[in-house]
Amino acid sequence: MTRFVLGRIGFSTLIAVLLAFFTIPLLWLVTAPFTSDPSYEVKVPDFTWDNFQAVVEHPYALPSLYNSLILSVGTAVLVVLLAALAAYALSRVRLPGRDALLYALLLLSSIITGTAAMVPLFQLAVELNLIDSQLGLILILTGGLLPAAIFMLKDFMDSTPKSYEESARVFGASPLQIVRHVVVPVVRPGLATIAVWSLANVWGNFLMPYLLLSDVEKQPAAVITYTLYTEGGQANLSMLSTFGLLYSIPVVLMYLFVSKKYGFRFHGGIKR
Amino acid sequence: MAQATSPPEVVKEDERTRRGYSSDAAGLGNLRAGAFVAPALLLIAAFLVFPALWVLYLGLTNYRLTGAAAAEPQFVGLANLLDAVSNPTFWNSTWLTLQFVLGSAVIGQVVLGFSIAWMLRDRAGPLKRLVEGLVILAWILPSAVVSFLWVALLDRDGGTLNALLGIPGFPWLLDHPMLSIIVFNTWRGTAFSMMLYGAALGNVPPSHLESARLAGASGWQQLRDVVFPHIRGHILTNLLLISLWTFNDFSPFLITAGGPDGRSEVLAVHVYKVALQSGELGYGAAVSTIILLINLVVAVFYLRLLRSKK
Repeated sequence: MTRFVLGRIGFSTLIAVLLAFFTIPLLWLVTAPFTSDPSYEVKVPDFTWDNFQAVVEHPYALPSLYNSLILSVGTAVLVVLLAALAAYALSRVRLPGRDALLYALLLLSSIITGTAAMVPLFQLAVELNLIDSQLGLILILTGGLLPAAIFMLKDFMDSTPKSYEESARVFGASPLQIVRHVVVPVVRPGLATIAVWSLANVWGNFLMPYLLLSDVEKQPAAVITYTLYTEGGQANLSMLSTFGLLYSIPVVLMYLFVSKKYGFRFHGGIKR
Repeated sequence: MAQATSPPEVVKEDERTRRGYSSDAAGLGNLRAGAFVAPALLLIAAFLVFPALWVLYLGLTNYRLTGAAAAEPQFVGLANLLDAVSNPTFWNSTWLTLQFVLGSAVIGQVVLGFSIAWMLRDRAGPLKRLVEGLVILAWILPSAVVSFLWVALLDRDGGTLNALLGIPGFPWLLDHPMLSIIVFNTWRGTAFSMMLYGAALGNVPPSHLESARLAGASGWQQLRDVVFPHIRGHILTNLLLISLWTFNDFSPFLITAGGPDGRSEVLAVHVYKVALQSGELGYGAAVSTIILLINLVVAVFYLRLLRSKK
């Protein structure tokens, strides 16, 4: 009996510590935007809307959120479309060297996406005239996300039954028709996972847009965040916190939507 | 943000289904399959494979961002690599990166992620949703926002941490920069491990745990003899991915900028500093090459372990 009680106490303590660890860093984000003239200190807010007013009046703040939207949606559409086609073909037809190719690309993509590839990507963008082009950035981001997306989707495709496709084929459907009307409905949860994953990935990406978009009117929110300084060169905390909150809300909404609709966990994708 | 991927499929496919009709159910044929794969491969080749090869080449030149070497870079062979391995700053960064990966990924994220998944395995309801929601929130918020939150948290005068501990003025980012970014990265990345182990624990047959309990196994014995053997593959996959991500993570820069005096200058930050701030692109590319090699060794090591018991 004492063991049980001790166990309960231990469990509750651990959960409380965990909750504190994961909540405390977030407090500033929910208090500072509603506080007039905030510092780094977490204070009970006086519920002013002035900070939001300032963000709305800032010439680049709200447009940058729109830019983030274009970049993430554009990349997600392209990643889902191309990864689905490729993953389907790789799952159903054994092209020579398929597995070795996939693992090599996957390894490469987890290594090269960061600082290591900055210099060559910049030079490449200059050569191809893709500097300051949102389309160019979308293509570059898509290239970086595709290997992992193909990898995850191929897992989904491998585990779907092939009998539907066989029947559709018996009735004379073309391969593209089979993909559109038979395969896509079956792997829809997988496509949704990839879409959400790409959206979140691009929404938070700082390095690539920082490197490749110098026109402030085209820059996404991640880059604009680092331009919010006061005239004295200090970080403008009222703008920063408020803009940070606005910039975070779409991700949180997307998480809530996905976890309500699909349950936010791994479907396939990860296996032993 | 992290990527969810699976380890290589080690199990050999059945020879019969591989060649037989049923594996190509839609009647794609190699030609159309090639056409389906081509657009993706084209983008990957242009924006991933080419930059990687270009890094290897740049590492062999004395290319610089500015000055004479910017216009006409000379081929210098392995000089950059030799410079790097005889440079104490490079070794310092390597050592810090090792601490960062072991501390925040292997110990922090794996242990914390597994513990949360284990504690909440049989639970449902609002408490589980709250804990999981908060952990995932730390993972999905944009890094530009999150890094400012931690700068605010650790600020020496107004920071919440010092206010809670009652030690105003304690400079965490100056006195303990490595500890700060290790704890930060644990906070930031635990969600991935938690979700992966949550899914893995769901695959452990409850009857096995039940028999172990009836046979009198303690909690730790159940973990060791029943749970770990079952989720061994998940553990290794998890370790591989988060080690690689943490190794190449640039976000410490957003919090400490590698300082003070390079005391939190992990390799990813080191590359940025020498390549773009000092303009030594050739030398930076050589360090990138070394990073690539280390990553390769880590990956092969994990994959061997994964294969060994199959």
